[in-house]
Amino acid sequence: MEIVKARKLAFEYVKLDEEGRVESRSRAVDDVDLDVQAGDFIAILGHNGSGKSTLAKHINAILVPTEGTLFVDGKDTRDESKLWEIRQTAGMVFQNPDNQIIGTIVDEDVGFGPENMGVPREEIWQRVEESLKAVGMWEYRSHSPNKLSGGQKQRVAIAGVVAMRPKCIVLDEPTAMLDPNGRREVIRTVRELNRREHVTVILITHYMEEVIQADKVFVMEQGKIVMRGTPREVFSHVEELKSYRLDVPQVTLAAHELQKSGIPLPDGILTIDELVEELRKVREA
Amino acid sequence: MLRDITLGQYYPSGSVIHRLDPRVKLAGTLIYLITLFAFRSVEAYVVATAFLAAMICISKVPLKFMMRGLKSILFLLVFTSIFNLFLVPGETVVRIWKLKITDAGIETAAFMAIRLVYLIIGSSLMTLTTTPNDLTDGLEKALGPLKKIRVPVHEIALIMSIALRFIPILMEETDKIMKAQMARGADFESGNLIQKAKNMIPLLVPLFISAFRRANDLAMAMEARGYHGGEGRTKMKPLEYRRRDFAAYLILFGYVAAMFGANRLGIVPALF
Repeated sequence: MEIVKARKLAFEYVKLDEEGRVESRSRAVDDVDLDVQAGDFIAILGHNGSGKSTLAKHINAILVPTEGTLFVDGKDTRDESKLWEIRQTAGMVFQNPDNQIIGTIVDEDVGFGPENMGVPREEIWQRVEESLKAVGMWEYRSHSPNKLSGGQKQRVAIAGVVAMRPKCIVLDEPTAMLDPNGRREVIRTVRELNRREHVTVILITHYMEEVIQADKVFVMEQGKIVMRGTPREVFSHVEELKSYRLDVPQVTLAAHELQKSGIPLPDGILTIDELVEELRKVREA
Repeated sequence: MLRDITLGQYYPSGSVIHRLDPRVKLAGTLIYLITLFAFRSVEAYVVATAFLAAMICISKVPLKFMMRGLKSILFLLVFTSIFNLFLVPGETVVRIWKLKITDAGIETAAFMAIRLVYLIIGSSLMTLTTTPNDLTDGLEKALGPLKKIRVPVHEIALIMSIALRFIPILMEETDKIMKAQMARGADFESGNLIQKAKNMIPLLVPLFISAFRRANDLAMAMEARGYHGGEGRTKMKPLEYRRRDFAAYLILFGYVAAMFGANRLGIVPALF
């Protein structure tokens, strides 16, 4: 079943001058078709200004398309009466962990979403416990968010979304402000959620290492989806990715350089183990 | 310098007073302050002193912490005392040059000083034993009836709790900007008051911009998590009165009765 379905989706930012006349228009998202199956782990890659964050905000109905349509779990995001249902279906985690935590205590923050939905009290506590345990932050439930590390804060933010029991979680560059350890923590948490709870994950990022685990990768450039496929398919086009100012994982790049200098390696090597295995085969042959 | 500001000087000691419902503490503090100003007799003040002393003992908060608040009103205290001493008309007791100290002056000065000191200690006792969070929750619930006359109680409480959450973040940010500007040669220390205020501009402008950006992000995050006002919201940690809260109300009632009683005794009609 498709949880997110976009058809010819376009979004325009309109800049007005002081008198309210249109000064300029810029198409942040342009003619995007996107299908995400329930239970998938999707990654959207793109350089700064490629429109990936704008696309993400559509899935949560924070923005509505200027052209085209977007259906989230069968509901049109332009239908205002379905707004809260859509936000409940598709949760969203933002980039800055500090600016999305509302509560002064971890458990209160996780309970914020369910409180807004009017969930009965006993169930809120149950959900808070479940979601904090799912992200491994249960021991910190009575801490102040200010005392946590960036990665921990981001996991609390994820728990806050999980507590709303969404079918789909959109993460808009959740690791951009974190150190490598925090980044790993967050990505591991997201992957676990996807595997164990079968939550659809849409991860928006510009770190290549994070998308290797994804089922499908979409590359965006100037508002358009320019590449799509499995990580292996996408990463086998090293030169094309470079033209979109994106890096490939170091191992893939090393394999590509070796390939260019004449060593017969296959395209799209993603892990160190794979490269070692392939190099061993080459030596034996 | 900004780091010294502490809001919500909570002192955790786990006493009974700490565990009371914040509404009880709010009501208690308010009633205590009213009685302080409503009565003016030595007996009543003996009762008020005894009550305050008992509460401080039960709270297990060191007296030192209560006294801290007094520092800020020291000037006010001395100022009002002096004015009362010299300017209240009555029978002259001491005469210094053209100024005279009257008996009524001494009496008023003493009462005012005691009132101010007790007022500060009494309200410090509340803030020391209640977390800022409980306090906002208590206020929201206590002011609940005002919703009927369209006072946005829920919104006010939410604003307060968000402010409390962002104070340390903005404080940290101020520190960061300050260091960054100092590294670029900004001077926040020297000059007179006006000069100093002008020097704050390179600190305040980036701070404000960042605060607005944060507010924008937070609003979006709240909307994404389904926030749409206080309507139809459930509470995760609702305030509920327990037995000890009713006991506290009884004690409070007892205190007010004792104040009335003591005031009527009239053993010591006045100081002079």
